[in-house]
Order: sequence, then structure tokens, then C-alpha cells
Amino acid sequence: MADLLALEGIRKSYNVGTPVETEVLHGIDVTIHPREFVALMGPSGSGKSTLLNIIGLLDRPTSGRLSIHGEDTTQLSEAALTSLRGHTIGFVFQYHYLISAFTARENVMMPMLLDRGRPDATMERRADELLDWVDLGRWRNNRALNMSGGQQQRVAIARALAMDPLLVLADEPTGNLDTASADAVFELMQRFNRERGTTFLIVTHNHDLAGRCDRIIQVVDGRITEDRINVLERHSQ
Amino acid sequence: MKPWLTFAWIAALRFLAEGRMQSGFILSGIAIGVGVIVFMSAMLTSVQTNFTNRVLTSQPQIQLLAPQEVARPLRWHDGVIEAAIVQQPTQRILSIDQWQTILAAMRARPDVVIATPTVSGSALAVRGDASRSIGIFGMQADDYFRIVRVPNYIVAGNSELGSDDILVGLELAKDIGATIGDKINVTTAIGGSRTLTIKGIFDLGNKGANARNAYVALRTAQSLLGLLGGVTTIDLTVTDVYAAETIAQDIQATLPVEADSWIKTNAQIFTAIRAQNLSSALIRIFVGLSVAFGIAAVLVVSVLQRSKDIGILRAMGCARGQILRVFLIQGGVLGFVGSLAGALVGAAALMVWHRYARQADGSELFPLYIQPSLFVSSAALATITGVIAGIVPALRAASLDPVDAIDG
Ligand SMILES: Nc1ncnc2c1ncn2[C@@H]1O[C@H](COP(=O)(O)OP(=O)(O)OP(=O)(O)O)[C@@H](O)[C@H]1O
Ligand SMILES: [Mg+2]
Repeated sequence: MADLLALEGIRKSYNVGTPVETEVLHGIDVTIHPREFVALMGPSGSGKSTLLNIIGLLDRPTSGRLSIHGEDTTQLSEAALTSLRGHTIGFVFQYHYLISAFTARENVMMPMLLDRGRPDATMERRADELLDWVDLGRWRNNRALNMSGGQQQRVAIARALAMDPLLVLADEPTGNLDTASADAVFELMQRFNRERGTTFLIVTHNHDLAGRCDRIIQVVDGRITEDRINVLERHSQ
Repeated sequence: MKPWLTFAWIAALRFLAEGRMQSGFILSGIAIGVGVIVFMSAMLTSVQTNFTNRVLTSQPQIQLLAPQEVARPLRWHDGVIEAAIVQQPTQRILSIDQWQTILAAMRARPDVVIATPTVSGSALAVRGDASRSIGIFGMQADDYFRIVRVPNYIVAGNSELGSDDILVGLELAKDIGATIGDKINVTTAIGGSRTLTIKGIFDLGNKGANARNAYVALRTAQSLLGLLGGVTTIDLTVTDVYAAETIAQDIQATLPVEADSWIKTNAQIFTAIRAQNLSSALIRIFVGLSVAFGIAAVLVVSVLQRSKDIGILRAMGCARGQILRVFLIQGGVLGFVGSLAGALVGAAALMVWHRYARQADGSELFPLYIQPSLFVSSAALATITGVIAGIVPALRAASLDPVDAIDG
């Protein structure tokens, strides 16, 4: 299987050049394959979010190589990274960051609008299709603030999928939800992975949910301490 | 979402609409500021235009006179003066030397529109027991009335003057109890005397002028003042009224006459106008600055409030330039919409003022001159001010690190 994403010797330090310089990632080597559904686990402060932000091209590593489809991204300009990010990566964050000035449908259209500049009917259709798919078709004209946390997170998932990304990064997407909503949100992501083959990398503290992923990566103190295929889950597919 | 708008416009308008309260307050602030500027500018323009029109239609722009007579002290030789005290000689009514030549020279100048000779001096108007001292202006009506628009101010009779006719002011007519068709006797110090018929009565809008000024034909004045064949002044209008002083100096330098421009004779008022314009410019600048700071303050707060939105937009592939535009557009839209509202407020205030500020007799104080360009330039300036005010907040928004914005 060709690599979707390869990290080689990724290090990250904060406050570089100051007396309080601290390295939080100490050389991460990991490869993510297409169609994988990966859980990223580890204690608080171990560097999961930092790693996810680097993979998501939101942050640059202090050293090391990050390649997408075999192409090195560390030399890319800020503008090129922004564009690559918009086209290849979808984000879901813990605190469902819908933009409150827009409706559910408009939030889902947003990545396409940013890419193409002006709204059009195709974007609207795509947004409606995704909202139907996360079972929120009837809520398309609602503002974010009028929706429950679970609903907002489902809209955020629809939005993350709008550009047909290669990879969806989710940082504790269910961390702020009650068990039932968390289950529904997790279910949606997994279904999308199974049906459309989109790759997911999900940070979670929830062992039950992690147990339903194909692969579990453990990070402790900025190092990968465990990386195992979840055999049970692979077999149940 | 409107398909003809780009992302930056859509987001800018949505953000403004969502922050209704902030947008509303700053728009009111801009509207008041722009309203004041529109009101003040229109008032100043009106007052000044009215003043200039009135002055330019009631006096020549340049007047040529015979040079003043000066007493030259006798000298024995250089430095030794015979008579230590030099008295100003009394100024006789003098004709301009060679006035026909000078008149011809004036008419030949390309910057002179009208040149016309006049004869003026004082006289006594007598009717029955009443007598008043007056100033008589003898002139050639065809040209002179194009400079001083006496016909425009006629309130009774007409302005067609024969050699035995006279035009008098409202006050004089009242003082000597005369009306159209009445005859009055006009005598002068040198013994000239004529009986003239009142052909018209004018109201120049100035009590002094209405009581003193009287217009007669050139010949009539010449005979009354003993200046047969002579003239006391040559009155001019010029192509560029504001160049009058320069032209006057040029004439005075080349010909043996004294040339007074309307700018020199109204020097005080010009100083006042200049002071007015300066203070109005200062007010404009300070209102502009407070509008700019107001917009900047609102946008800075808005950037802080929306930092998570900005972070998520950046994560979704929004370029820094697009974020920059979102906030610049907000600044421009605030300036533009606020100035439109301000123009309406200012125009409404002008209407109300014009309706209720009246002279004692209920007539308007002066006509309002409202130029459309005032509104266009206010709106354009306010929009530019808004965009400039948006620069700092927009740069701040564009430089937000998406990771910090999302975590923070
Ligand atoms: N901007 C920053 N500047 C300095 N230190 C930082 C910064 N961001 C994170 N850190 C530090 O880096 C370490 C890793 O943080 P990170 O957020 O990646 O952990 P995490 O595994 O996501 O934790 P959690 O499970 O609590 O979300 C922590 O010690 C944190 O204090
Ligand atoms: Mg984290």
C-alpha cells in the first residue's frame, strides 16, 4: 500500500531560542496509509495536538520531514501550504467551531467557497447532500448557535468532508459530547471511512471508541510508544 | 449567499450584520460626524457664494481712479526741507487724464470683460422742504448695468435713463417723500443744478446705499459736477474674479491711474472667509480622524472576538490575503454606509434650517447652494478613511496563527 502520509524524525520545540525552550516531540516516525481509520491516544500534554497540527500543515515541525503522497512539504511556502491544506485535509476540532455568522449549509459550503471564490449551485447541492448524509438536512438553514453540540459536530464533519479530502484530522471530536452524541459522531466518521475510503486520524481519550479503530497509536511524552493494528476491528470489516 | 459576491465580501457583510450592536453604534457615530461636515460645508459654501454674488453684482471688480494728488515739500537741496509739516492736499474731483486712451487700452486687454467710464460725486437732492445729501453716479447704462446689476434691484418703475432722469434708492425716496414720476432738484457744490424725474426706485439690500446712491446718465453727471468731457472712474469686470487684484496691480504699474480691486476693498471679508475655510478644514480633519479611530477600535474588537472563526477559516484553506480583505471591506463598508446616512442627516438638517431660519420679514436668509459633489466626495473620503482605518485590524487578523487562534 502506497503511503498517504509519512513522518520522518519530526521534532517540535516551543519557544525556540529562549531560556524556556522545550521540545515536545522528540523524533516521530510514522506512516499513514490510505483508507486507514487511526486512533491517536496518550496522556494529556503528551503532544497529540501538536502532532496533529503538524500533520494538518497548521504548524511546521522544528525538524524532520513530512511528506504527503511522497512529496515533501517542509520546503513549501506559507501560501502553498494553505492551499494544499484546503484541498487535502479536513479538520474537526473538540469545540465544534462552526462560524456563527453562517447557517449550517453555509458552513459546509465554506471550504468550497474559499477554494473557488464565489458561491454557486454545485456547492449548495454538495453541502445539502453532506448534510443529508449526517442526517441534518432539515437544519440546513439554521445558525450554528441554534444547534446542539452533537448537531454542530456533525455539521463540522460534513464541512471537513466538503472538499473530498485525502485525510480528516479530528482532535478529540467527541470530547465535549454526551455518550450518545459521541457515539453518533464516531459512527458517522467510521461510516464515511468504510463507504468512501477517506482516511481518518482521530485523537481520543475514549478507549471504547479507540477500540473500534483499525489502528491505535500511543504517544507518551512526545514519543510513539505503541503502534498496533486492531486485529479485531480489521476482521470485523 | 449571493452568487455575485466573493468570499471576502460575503464574510465581511455577515460579520457586520452579526455584530449588529457594534455596527449600529459606529455607523451612528460616522453619520453624525459626516452629517456635521455636510451641514457645515453647505452652509459655508452658501454664505460665501451669496456674499461673492452680492459683491460682484453690486460693485465693479476693478475701479480705475485718477491718482491721488500729493503735496511735494519744497527743498533747498537734498536732505534739507523748507516746510517741516506737509499737509494732505484736499482732493478735488479730478478727471482721469487721457481717459479715452486708457479706456481703449482696457477694452483691448483679454482679461477684461467690460470697461465703462463713470462720473461720480456728491450732490444735494431737494424736494420741497426735504433735502438729502446723495452720491450721484453718472454712467453709460448699457455697460454699467452689466457690472452693477441695478435693474435686478428695481422695485418700482424701470431703469431706462434719459438725460433728465434719475434712479434713487428706497430710503431716499421715502426720506424726501417722492415716488416714480416725481421731480427732484439735484444741486452740486460747484453750482450745477438740474431738475430730474425719478424713473425707478431700487433696493440694494443695504440701507446706506439705498439712502445715498443715485444713478443718472453720464452726461447729466458730467454737467452737474462740472466735468464736461471728463470721467472720474473707469469700472472693469474681469474674466477671473479672483485674479482681480493681480490685474489691478498690473494696470497700476503700467498706466497713470490708481486701480482698486474688489479683493482689496473687501480685504477684511476675505480674511474672514479664509479663517472660516481654515477652521472648516480643521474640523473636517478632526472628524475624519475620530471616524477613523472609531472604525479601527470596532474592528480591533471584532478581530479579537472572531479569532476562532479566523483560525478555522485559515485551517480550511483561507489565505491571509482573504482574511485581510474581509476586514478592509468591513472598514470601507462602515465608512461608506455611515457617510450615506450622514449625508442624509446633513441634508435633512439643512432643509430644516433653511425652513425655519428666516429674516425678520419671513424671507429666506440666503439661498442654499447644495452641491452633489459634496455628497460624493464625503462618501468617497469616508470609504477611504474606513479602509485605511481597517488596515491595522486587518493586518492583525491576517497575521493570526491558526493554531493559536483555535487553541486560544
Ligand atoms: N504554543 C505553545 N507554547 C509552548 N508550549 C506549548 C504550546 N502548545 C503546547 N505546548 C506544550 O506542549 C506539550 C504538548 O501539548 P499538546 O497540546 O500537544 O498535548 P496533548 O497531547 O494534545 O494534550 P491534551 O490531551 O491535554 O490535549 C504540553 O506540555 C504543552 O504545554
Ligand atoms: Mg490536545
